[in-house]
Amino acid sequence: MRFVDEYRDAQKAQALAAKIASLCEPGRHYKFMEVCGGHTHTIYKHGLEDYLPETITLVHGPGCPVCVIPMGRVDDAIHIAEQPGVIMTSFGDMMRVPGGHGSFFDSMAQGADIRMVYSPLDALKVARQNPDSQVVFMAIGFETTAPSTAMTVLRAKAEEIENFSIFCNHVTIIPAIKAILDSPDLRLDGFIGPGHVSTVIGCRPYEFIARDYGKPLVTAGFEPLDVLQSIYMILLQLVEGRSEVENQYSRVVPYDGNRRALTAINEVMELRPYFEWRGLGFISHSALRVRERYAAFDAERIFEVPGGRVADPKACQCGEVLKGVLKPWECKVFGTACTPETPIGTCMVSSEGACAAYYNYGRFARERVKEATTR
Amino acid sequence: MCLGIPGEIVQIIPDRPDLAKVDVSGVRRAINIGLLDGEHLAPGDWILIHVGFALSKIDEEEAKAALAFLEGIGQAYADEMAALRDSTIEKG
Amino acid sequence: MSDERPRAEAARDRDVPGDREAQVLERIERARHRKARVREERINLSHGAGGKATHTLIEAVFMEAFRNPLLEPLEDGAIVDGFAFTTDSFVVTPLFFPGGTIGDLAVNGTVNDLAMCGARPRHLSAGFILEEGFPIADLRRITETMAAAAEKAGVQIVTGDTKVVQRGKGDGCYINTAGIGVLDRETRLSVSAARPGDVVIVSGPIGEHGITIMLARGELDIEADLTSDTAPLSALTGLLLDACPDGQVRFLRDATRGGVATILNEMAEASKVSVVLEEDAVPVKTAVRGACELLGIDPLYVACEGRMVAVVAGPAADTALAALRSHPLGADAAVVGRIGEDPPGLVLLRTAFGGTRIVDVLVGDPLPRIC
Repeated sequence: MRFVDEYRDAQKAQALAAKIASLCEPGRHYKFMEVCGGHTHTIYKHGLEDYLPETITLVHGPGCPVCVIPMGRVDDAIHIAEQPGVIMTSFGDMMRVPGGHGSFFDSMAQGADIRMVYSPLDALKVARQNPDSQVVFMAIGFETTAPSTAMTVLRAKAEEIENFSIFCNHVTIIPAIKAILDSPDLRLDGFIGPGHVSTVIGCRPYEFIARDYGKPLVTAGFEPLDVLQSIYMILLQLVEGRSEVENQYSRVVPYDGNRRALTAINEVMELRPYFEWRGLGFISHSALRVRERYAAFDAERIFEVPGGRVADPKACQCGEVLKGVLKPWECKVFGTACTPETPIGTCMVSSEGACAAYYNYGRFARERVKEATTR
Repeated sequence: MCLGIPGEIVQIIPDRPDLAKVDVSGVRRAINIGLLDGEHLAPGDWILIHVGFALSKIDEEEAKAALAFLEGIGQAYADEMAALRDSTIEKG
Repeated sequence: MSDERPRAEAARDRDVPGDREAQVLERIERARHRKARVREERINLSHGAGGKATHTLIEAVFMEAFRNPLLEPLEDGAIVDGFAFTTDSFVVTPLFFPGGTIGDLAVNGTVNDLAMCGARPRHLSAGFILEEGFPIADLRRITETMAAAAEKAGVQIVTGDTKVVQRGKGDGCYINTAGIGVLDRETRLSVSAARPGDVVIVSGPIGEHGITIMLARGELDIEADLTSDTAPLSALTGLLLDACPDGQVRFLRDATRGGVATILNEMAEASKVSVVLEEDAVPVKTAVRGACELLGIDPLYVACEGRMVAVVAGPAADTALAALRSHPLGADAAVVGRIGEDPPGLVLLRTAFGGTRIVDVLVGDPLPRIC
């Protein structure tokens, strides 16, 4: 596959790893946060940590839209799905995510009509095909996904489709990064910036991180060499005493983002005063809701949603994991009470969550496995 | 956080200028290109696909430059390793 | 587990981070071996997906009720009085798809389960559960493909049953087949027979059936030139077992629900061995890979209906490969990994990128994802 295979080359990885090792100051420990869950997935799926010196720790950030949805919102979505005449549509990612009373899958087992879609446009198609049902799309995602939802609402309006609405759970990445930067128990040396969010928002919104907090940020692609190269670029900044926003993923990310996409979001959605993030709590201006003039497409206005809050279980230490204070395996319930089948906390609910990625891909003792895997 | 996959435009769908048929390694799907208004997309262009929408047009020049960098350090590393091997052989 | 204790205790005294992680990993392994318990109050789709949820259901409900020495090994079929005996039910949507029908699956699935026991498949039963209103013409199409598949596999359908359910209570047509096969070879295959030094072979490119079905449902609006790999594997297993006699073939399993990854996990667990797979060596067709990348699915978990995993003694690897490649269905057979000692029960993957990761059992069906 073009633009994929060439960034999975083991030999180039060895070369980059050597460069990275040579840039590390002896005795110094580095902590870099990959903001985006997609990067977490890449790191574990390709076994990228095998190439990093032990003095570099990757902290897995909050950029997993599935993980950060609070359980109360899942319950609200299920409440909507269980109304008579409703067809709920959702990305596959959400199907197994538990709220306070089970997941979409559990709700389906009780008789709710919940269908998986690949695109919000497919949800609109379901609405066209089922004019007698109310079709609701469970909208999740960061700024990467919000434009697609917005375009779908615009299309629904243009086609005068009256039985389609969205349950809007879109979140914005910058306030989450800021919340992490402002948390007192945090020590990070740099950021691997979210690549696909940046196709929409561009790289400028990160400039305050370099300017005000003095941390380098490199916007990175999602193939393993992209991530390795970004780590190299961050280290180079540290060695040269710079803190800048750089763009490793320039083949895909224009520095100024996608204006058309931002316009679409802004047309249909506006910032909520505040929104709850699982593991991080309430963050102001960190999520989107449907604007008044598109109220006809807003499931929150059409249906009465209970809007209950479900507190994260006390044993759960996701907040600390998200901030990099704890590694996934350092959490008290990791892997025993909290597993991908029975997730307690946000980091375990999606394959992009730090704990799920570690559990599914990285749950082995490196020293022991070294012998097994070398011929 | 967001799965984005590169694909090649094989056709702009007639009567639907906001839709393109895109090929991802032998698999084809209609992708909405409405977010790339004004990019003058044509067959042969590569785009980044996310949930059925094209989010950006892949910049071939930038990709070339990035690969050249990676190949450069890959080559330098290979040379270094070869030199190291030679020197150990000589010593041995 | 017991030989690990001293290491863990020593680690607690020293409190070295790497050792603390090892302790956690041990704790997790213990948790994973706890008695299976069904947490759900109702059946959901995960229970039928062949992953962890299916396994839990089998252990906690069926095994609890039916436990006996013939059932306990949980192989593809039971060995009874010199015969292999197995059953399988087929509930596929759509009923007709590129490369086959539910009828092909129903015959080949049971033929393959028998073949994986090392048996020569002989006789099949066929039970039909039909929905009121189902077109007879469609039923004919299905039975024709079943007859053709049976002929190809050299088996006879010798008994059957028909039930009709009310409209809306079935998906058109469900089929159950059971089968018996003759065990006339010495080799006894078992999921617990793999040993360090053995190699893992897959008989051809993986995941084509699962992706074909996913696309044939039409919901994803994705087109690809893919056809189901459904096929009878008894000729292939015959060639392999004849070429590698005397127990050199340890274990065979057709890679259906849960894919290659799930089988290898079951085998690693039962045989108390590790598996190290080489990502580069696993054959995957380009279009299958494209669909998997697009949908965020790992081909190692996607079902096949005409591919098998074989575990063979290391020295017999070349002979086994040659035997498989001599048959069209095994033309692309490849050694994809090897069996090691440590850590027992774990399937590891050396990625094409040069890293290492685990290949775990899936909780439920692989779902298309966006993130």
